[in-house]
Amino acid sequence: MSLVELSHVVKRFGTNTVLDDVSMTVAPGEIIAVIGRSGSGKSTMLRCINGLEPIQDGRILFDGAVVNDPQTDLRALRQRVGIVFQSYNLFPHLSVEKNITLAPRVVKNMSESEARELAREVLRKVGLEEKIGAYPDQLSGGQQQRVAIARSLAMRPQLMLFDEITSALDPELTGEVLKVLEAMAGDGMTMLLVTHEIGFAKRVASRVVFMHQGRIWEEGTAAETLSAPRTQELETFLSAVLH
Amino acid sequence: MIREFGFIDFMYLLAAARWTVALSGVAFLGGGLVGLLVALMRVTPLAPVRWLATIYVQAVQGTPLLAWLFLFYFGLPLVGLVVNPWIAAATAFAIYAGAFLGDIWRGALAAIPRTQWEAGASLGLSFLDQLRYIIMPQAVRIAIPPTVGFLVQLIKNTSLAAAIGFVELTREAQITNASTFRPMTVFVIVAAIYFAMCFPLTQWSRYLEQRLHVAR
Ligand SMILES: Nc1ncnc2c1ncn2[C@@H]1O[C@H](COP(=O)(O)OP(=O)(O)OP(=O)(O)O)[C@@H](O)[C@H]1O
Ligand SMILES: [Mg+2]
Repeated sequence: MSLVELSHVVKRFGTNTVLDDVSMTVAPGEIIAVIGRSGSGKSTMLRCINGLEPIQDGRILFDGAVVNDPQTDLRALRQRVGIVFQSYNLFPHLSVEKNITLAPRVVKNMSESEARELAREVLRKVGLEEKIGAYPDQLSGGQQQRVAIARSLAMRPQLMLFDEITSALDPELTGEVLKVLEAMAGDGMTMLLVTHEIGFAKRVASRVVFMHQGRIWEEGTAAETLSAPRTQELETFLSAVLH
Repeated sequence: MIREFGFIDFMYLLAAARWTVALSGVAFLGGGLVGLLVALMRVTPLAPVRWLATIYVQAVQGTPLLAWLFLFYFGLPLVGLVVNPWIAAATAFAIYAGAFLGDIWRGALAAIPRTQWEAGASLGLSFLDQLRYIIMPQAVRIAIPPTVGFLVQLIKNTSLAAAIGFVELTREAQITNASTFRPMTVFVIVAAIYFAMCFPLTQWSRYLEQRLHVAR
């Protein structure tokens, strides 16, 4: 059974149709790279999956539950779906430790000592255990992004959504974040990631989804889709990002 | 019959200043509660609730405080409610302070980027938990200077309560002046007393701002 299933999803902002009849599935353990030009609806699709944006038509299923059903407990759902944003969105008034432990403490009623242990564990995964007492503004962009990943991991999600998480970073810092993603892939995490790192997508993703004008224009295995695009639009896109 | 301005007059002024402090305190506390409610109402996802709060703020900010004082002091007895100047003044000032504090605090809440709410929501926090743990702590820092600034205005504005016969510092000064006819002495002393109340507040606000900044 698939973990996520989008069927005929339509999302509009006013009269602007941003997702136009989007259907796709994500199986447990799959790593899907979402690529496409600016404005093609990539971020919007991720935001619809964890219910940050309502949809106007179609259906989104996560682990059997209908995300767009008003009856669905979005808070329970979001504990199982992590999302990491391009701009990190760490809480600036909280230390790294408190950034990570806030949700486990408040949402899951975890004890302070247990939560601290958890913070250490997830920070180890992103290679930042020594930064547990630091504040976000004392960290580099790459470090902040790794803390943001650790913060999501602390909720032990079944699915991780990544929205261009390296786009705001200098090239030297991109590598350290991608390495964390690769390690997560190795751990079997199901991931949906919007990225412009074509080389990384080829190496890590099992599947690639190319979005264009709010539609899934082309999709297939990473190797095939990226090396032999079937549509003119994907070919143009690839030559633009590769050069 | 004009008499000399003596030490006893100074003591009377100081005693009256207690009522200025008391009225300011009650207005700030009452206004603070109303203001908190108004600020929260204005950031809820429910549109009618937001409108209600906006109407309240606009109505109060668009009318003179003196009108509210008269309304409560002279207006309420017309519908059978007897009020003394103290109750009338406290109510009017709380309503007035509530609108301004509500607006200041709404501004502080709105200054926190939407992405901070989203980051909290994405972790499964409820609206109130996002507010409590993520938005409020950041908004408080932004709100302190304008809040203290308003409190200073409020202290000085309590002199308007003299108009409905509430004897606070300014009213007492008028009374003292009428019997001693030493306006320079009386009003310079009154100004000094107001200053002594307001100056420590602005200093305290600076201190808080710095301390919160260091502690992030
Ligand atoms: N909150 C919003 N209100 C109105 N329109 C929006 C909103 N968010 C996104 N849009 C519009 O939806 C379209 C798709 O935006 P989206 O952010 O999903 O694109 P994207 O593929 O992620 O682009 P990018 O690569 O630039 O991040 C754009 O035309 C954008 O202007
Ligand atoms: Mg985007």
